[in-house]
Amino acid sequence: MEVCGGQTHAIVRWGLEQLLPAGLRLIHGPGCPVCVTPAATIDQALALAADSGVILCSYGDMLRVPGRGPVGPLSDLLKVRAAGGDVRLLTTPLQALDLAQQHPDRQVVFLAVGFETTAPATALLAQQALALGVTNLSLLLAHVRVVPAMEAIMAGPHNQVQGFVAAGHVCAVMGTAELEQLAARYRIPVVVGGFAPRELLQAIQVCVQLLEDGTPRVVNAYGRVVRPEGNPVARALLERVFAVADGPWRGLGTIAQGVLELRTAYRHLDARQRFGWLAATPHHPALAAVAAAEGPCISAQVLQGLARPGDCPAFGTTCTPEHPLGAPMVSSEGACAAYYHYRP
Amino acid sequence: MSGPPDGVERILLGHGGGGTLMQQLIEREIHWLYDDPHGVLHDATRLELPHGRLAFSTDGYVVHPLEFPGGDIGKLAIIGTANDLAMAAARPLHLSVALILEEGLPLELLRRVLASMAAAARACGVSISTGDTKVVERGKGDGLFVTTSGIGLVETALPVDPLAIQPGDQVLVSGDLGRHGLAIAAARYQLDLQPPIETDCAPLWPAVARLLAAGVEVHCLRDLTRGGLGSALQELAQDGGVELALEEAAIPVATAVARSCELLGFDPLHLANEGRFVAVVRADHGERALAVLAPAGGACIGTVRACSGRGEVSGRQASGGKASGGKGPGRVLLRTALGTERLLVPFSGEMLPRIC
Repeated sequence: MEVCGGQTHAIVRWGLEQLLPAGLRLIHGPGCPVCVTPAATIDQALALAADSGVILCSYGDMLRVPGRGPVGPLSDLLKVRAAGGDVRLLTTPLQALDLAQQHPDRQVVFLAVGFETTAPATALLAQQALALGVTNLSLLLAHVRVVPAMEAIMAGPHNQVQGFVAAGHVCAVMGTAELEQLAARYRIPVVVGGFAPRELLQAIQVCVQLLEDGTPRVVNAYGRVVRPEGNPVARALLERVFAVADGPWRGLGTIAQGVLELRTAYRHLDARQRFGWLAATPHHPALAAVAAAEGPCISAQVLQGLARPGDCPAFGTTCTPEHPLGAPMVSSEGACAAYYHYRP
Repeated sequence: MSGPPDGVERILLGHGGGGTLMQQLIEREIHWLYDDPHGVLHDATRLELPHGRLAFSTDGYVVHPLEFPGGDIGKLAIIGTANDLAMAAARPLHLSVALILEEGLPLELLRRVLASMAAAARACGVSISTGDTKVVERGKGDGLFVTTSGIGLVETALPVDPLAIQPGDQVLVSGDLGRHGLAIAAARYQLDLQPPIETDCAPLWPAVARLLAAGVEVHCLRDLTRGGLGSALQELAQDGGVELALEEAAIPVATAVARSCELLGFDPLHLANEGRFVAVVRADHGERALAVLAPAGGACIGTVRACSGRGEVSGRQASGGKASGGKGPGRVLLRTALGTERLLVPFSGEMLPRIC
């Protein structure tokens, strides 16, 4: 299993599976931050964005992700924006601080998603907001941790994964210590891989070699970027602002130690606390429209590696990047989008 | 255009009111742009046109920000429509320019855009023959919208359109891809790209004229604007009912563009260009066409094949693509540098920078 959606994207884009020998099958992992952000969080973002007192900001890919409700006039952030909601696209979280200072009369909410790759930048934003005493900025937090999800996949009853190509960018921040524990506990090879086609092929080859040799362990095949200790500055920042908690991944359910939450000193920045009505019975139009069912979309199985995008009856017919039924068809790192765009 | 009042000269709603204020704006700031041989402001201009087949095209221009590295909306509006004419193998002759100004637009910005239009018209060899000016209330425009229409003289007897594409034809691009789209994205999202990337916005007629002068039998031309190479080729494949087989390694993309795209999650084959086109030429004219286009960075990127698309794929693309009056589904296949094959599909939606 290649863990990261960026790797899946590169594998499909370059048609690397066409080069692999028979008997070797790649299972696409859950490493797409957009795809695993809980639908309930998207619904909360939609409700906030529809509030005229709020500026809702996030990364580009998030703006297209549908919530739980049926496709309709308010079913993603771009549509809420078209309907008059103030939705802004950020390229770095600190821009949210600028927005808050430019609009003191409004509440700026940053929908903070992503793995350990983007979490340090959110931590920096939280730290600055605290230091400056900004009162009109809050975080709708959906940061998740990758290794616990790998662990959950290994522990799952239908697991087929025999080796991991681990997400190079996450390891660049977190290092390889967590992976060592995973490899030892499940006696499974874990190869830290990059994103270029040659780097991916090399990581796959190392993984196969470890399996053939019967020596499951961690190998860093992305040494030009990843050091064993990761990035100590970023890790210290994460440690200061966030605590580890059990929490939901879209498609995977609750993952033990799988999410980040704000530590007490930063808790006042939590949008769910500031906007208490988010947790209450849905009374907002955007929330009221929400139905619990996700329809025919099988993204949960796709995200666990139990099904391939092409197995889905909706793939390429009723589900396309223009009219996505599930998040993996939306994100540039989603497996369904990669298959749709690249596979002949 | 928000913020505290300042001392900047701006467009007022009255500038569109039809009264003396409007007259002053047109006489002092705008009229000079128009090539008005009779020196009178009249409802329509009279043109002396050469005999032959004419091409006629129109396009609206909305871009944010109005000025970006290497260009602005004015340059884009002149060159864009002149290029559309060139893609019909027509020499651009006359353009109209209609301006929709938003109340509050700084006059100095308007002056810069008009000067840039004049320079672009000179570069394209066209005259700006007629036009119109309107003003809309603050908040009802994005500073400035421009619409241009153009007339050109077709300089080849053979049809140049997707239906003329034949299996065996060679596919060429006129230069490296992605600069314009990346320059706009950098300006819009305040990305500090190093090295900075400028738009490729440039007239295409000179290169087309050279192709025709060299005796190249051109079957189809398409400028690679919004949606980039991917969208343009998909349209050609569908409308022409053919399969386009491309060599990815042959498609020119500047290293700086490729690196920035990798970082941002953009595909250079989906980025807009404003000074690049694809030429589909007769099978045995590929070399001749390449000799014309190569000095400016052009390349031969693939060939046309009879359609062999599998049903599943064509059904998928047909459902996602536009309804076309073409002969068949058509598709674009790309052979990667590794020798594997993938689809090249049209871009869809809005290009947004990725998360990580």
